[in-house]
Amino acid sequence: MAHAQAPTTPPEVGGMGHAMKRKEDPRFIRGKGEYIDDVVLPGMLWLDIVRSPYAHAKILSIDTSEALKVPGVVAVITGKDLEAAGLHWMPTIAGDTQMVLPTERVMYQAQEVAAVIAESRYAAADGVDAVRVEYEPLPVVVDPFKALEPGAPILRPDKGKDTNHIWHWESGDRAGTEAAMAAADVVIEQDIYLPRIHVASIETCGCVADWDPIREKLTVHMTTQAPHAIRTVFSLVSKIPEHKIRIKTHDIGGGFGGKVPVYPGYVLAVVASLTTGRPVKWIEDRSENLQADSFARDYHIRAKLGLTKDGKITALQVKTVADHGYADAAADPSKFPAGLFNVITGSYDIAKAFVEVDGVYTNKPPGGVAYRCSFRVTEAVHAIERMADIAAHQLGIDPAEFRFRNFIQPDQFPYRSATGWEYDSGNYPAALRKAMEIIGYEELRREQAERRARGELMGIGISSFTEIVGAGPSHTFDILGIKMFDSCEIRVHPTGSAIARIGVQTQGQGHETTFAQIIAEELGIPAKDITIEYGDTDTAPYGLGTYASRSTPVAGAATAVAARKIREKARKIAAHLLEANEEDLEWSNGRFSVKGSPDRFKTIQEIAFAAYTNHPPGLEAGLEAVDYYDPPNLTFPFGSYICVVDIDRGTGEVKIRRFVAVDDCGNIINPMIVDGQIHGGLTMGLAPALYEAITYDENGNNQAGTFLDYLVPTAMEVPMWETAKTVTPSPHHPLGAKGVGESATVGAPPAIANAVVDALWHLGVRHIDIPITPPKVYAILREKGVATA
Amino acid sequence: MTTQHVRLTVNGQPMEADVEPRMLLVHLIRDVFRLTGTHIGCDTSHCGACTVLVNGESAKSCTMLAVSADGAEITTIEGLAQGPNLHPLQQAFWDQHGLQCGFCTPGMIMEAAWLLARNPDPTEQEIREGISGNLCRCTGYVNIIKAIQQAAAELRAAAEAPAGTAGAAAS
Repeated sequence: MAHAQAPTTPPEVGGMGHAMKRKEDPRFIRGKGEYIDDVVLPGMLWLDIVRSPYAHAKILSIDTSEALKVPGVVAVITGKDLEAAGLHWMPTIAGDTQMVLPTERVMYQAQEVAAVIAESRYAAADGVDAVRVEYEPLPVVVDPFKALEPGAPILRPDKGKDTNHIWHWESGDRAGTEAAMAAADVVIEQDIYLPRIHVASIETCGCVADWDPIREKLTVHMTTQAPHAIRTVFSLVSKIPEHKIRIKTHDIGGGFGGKVPVYPGYVLAVVASLTTGRPVKWIEDRSENLQADSFARDYHIRAKLGLTKDGKITALQVKTVADHGYADAAADPSKFPAGLFNVITGSYDIAKAFVEVDGVYTNKPPGGVAYRCSFRVTEAVHAIERMADIAAHQLGIDPAEFRFRNFIQPDQFPYRSATGWEYDSGNYPAALRKAMEIIGYEELRREQAERRARGELMGIGISSFTEIVGAGPSHTFDILGIKMFDSCEIRVHPTGSAIARIGVQTQGQGHETTFAQIIAEELGIPAKDITIEYGDTDTAPYGLGTYASRSTPVAGAATAVAARKIREKARKIAAHLLEANEEDLEWSNGRFSVKGSPDRFKTIQEIAFAAYTNHPPGLEAGLEAVDYYDPPNLTFPFGSYICVVDIDRGTGEVKIRRFVAVDDCGNIINPMIVDGQIHGGLTMGLAPALYEAITYDENGNNQAGTFLDYLVPTAMEVPMWETAKTVTPSPHHPLGAKGVGESATVGAPPAIANAVVDALWHLGVRHIDIPITPPKVYAILREKGVATA
Repeated sequence: MTTQHVRLTVNGQPMEADVEPRMLLVHLIRDVFRLTGTHIGCDTSHCGACTVLVNGESAKSCTMLAVSADGAEITTIEGLAQGPNLHPLQQAFWDQHGLQCGFCTPGMIMEAAWLLARNPDPTEQEIREGISGNLCRCTGYVNIIKAIQQAAAELRAAAEAPAGTAGAAAS
């Protein structure tokens, strides 16, 4: 497969494999980006939200009279107002329903209760302070296991069920797995909890809704990762015809999945604009963001591994309770309420596996959204990689050796997993061997033994993860019925430059550069001569947007295929110009030349000019193409990470000494950007492993509602990541690429957790739930009698 | 509400406005003066997206009142480049892929500018401490640190170069 190593285009063209500097950066480094709060329209109003102090309460009354007297306040919207228009509830992406504003009860702390619209940011906040709401507190359910007990308060009576259980989902062979488990020499069980976490993109959510009553057109300027899907949902809910709705993104200050759903604030801004006939801006502040939306994880996993006595895994059984808060807001494809969690057999050849997940309602904000991985792959990888380490330690096998014994081998691809996935390609032993060589694994183990003899706590942790991205093939994947294809439309201008519009959306990934590089690779047009546009539903082709690492696997493929369609038309034009047969032409370096006569050629720029000035008889003028790409399969990026930690016996602090990440994302478009994605992903893996968690007290109060308590890592906590690659192209992707944005977030947490447990195993520590904070470690050190302070 | 008149110098330009006493400096900069390169990422002074220089020192403009800045000289990200010539920090962030979504970038660059003004040759650890009040969710900081090291080296070279050639290092 081409592109696996050196670039095939010269640097001035900048096709695949070039570490090209980003085309979008000049505006960002000058402060000339345009983010949602930078959008100001004439006559614009501000919207601010009254929120509930209670996690569960009956609303007795809402008094807006004082608020309406506040200078600058224009209107107050309550649930009763929305009810009159049938807009007080809305669908979630997962097909559940959630309130826009409540009419009877609030279901989580910080829930939206009323919206104040005013002439300024400050007047809107004054109005919020003046709204009086009378509540009657109700019993709060924050523990999903208690929510499932008989007699628990029913949180969603509107569902017509006498339980807080939402759904049951299972995958694999229950009977076969149970039989294999019964026959296993060794069975290992462990409860593993991945707490609720929050993406905390530095830009919060927001929009400017702009209803034009003359043109009867709604434009929503919005910080969203999925503009087309949002347009369709808005049209279905509001009954405004879809051609009268335009979703327009601007620069997005980080997404990570948190900007996929529709939150009540968006709907309220739209309603406010429809009501007032003026543009209305809603911008979340940080505490609202951390308390009300964008939550991920909250999976209570019970895993069971069956093994032979020499360490071969024979069976995996997993039972999980998924806490979704009061509404299932998961951004998963329709058929997958637990996402792709059944990729939990990971990188290992496991004959029998069975996975079941039960979704549960609690008095928390809607959950299951995303944290740089929306489809539950992080949860799956954490479970299997922790289980592998526990098994290795318990059987007295080195964790690396244990993985080599269980890996799916390179000659087994395409590999059909016990839960039904067909892994496209992989070479797991090569990635782990490379990571071990770079970090000096054997020497580290010797050092660890010496340090342990001196009473020092050093640990080495491995994670050999397999990702599953690129959703997805239309036979299996849809969101609210919309198939998960993606798209690209390319137009080559007469003078040889081009514009391409894509159905996906950048939130920092660098699409303006990498998608230009794909076209440069395919057509030989320099990447600098190609404009990439996205995020305007009036002009971009329909696409499902950017999340779940799907941009490169799906829209990247569409871009390559669209470019190849243009190349085929260019061949016809070149044949006309060169008076040669099409089949006598060959393509290389951005030109068609006559076979055997390399001096008889036409460049893509000459062909583009001819497409508008001298096109062949019988052929349409112009040089453009569109492709809607329906991937035949998902892609399976993978990698092996090794982490070395030292634990401070005086404070319980875990210090990451080294972290080597060997990733394999198939062929690489821009190695600089891929490394940047990995650096960021590793940091968002370190964060929940060591620091971040959204916790609730027994009254449902969010205990991490500001950056004072929600501990996003700073430069002080993040090590110098060491990255390397192996390259195993995807056999079915047109470019052999696989996607990389979430790999490191998926792969890093178990490497860190495994390193910490590895440092403490000899003391009798078998598992620690993340985040592995200094107080948690210090308590263990005290209990084991090894704390020095 | 009563207002108060403030006069400031912003990026070398005299500017004035009537503001409510409670208005935050960041809102004066963004909403009144329409310099939107300075961003808001939190309510609690933790994220640093709003970092500007006030009289040459780094300040989080979301935690300072506009009236407190009366008479001050403010430098924002928009004031860093000299016309078409990028400041060495801007160039280095671009060269080293020190940004992704770009939202934290203006604050990060302003904080780095203050760091290098105080310490032209910082160690890696000093850089980490210097930017520890600025959160980035995309880059993992590795390339930001490399960018600050690159800019520091260029600024030192420019400072040591004979007069008339200093601009070469920054171009």
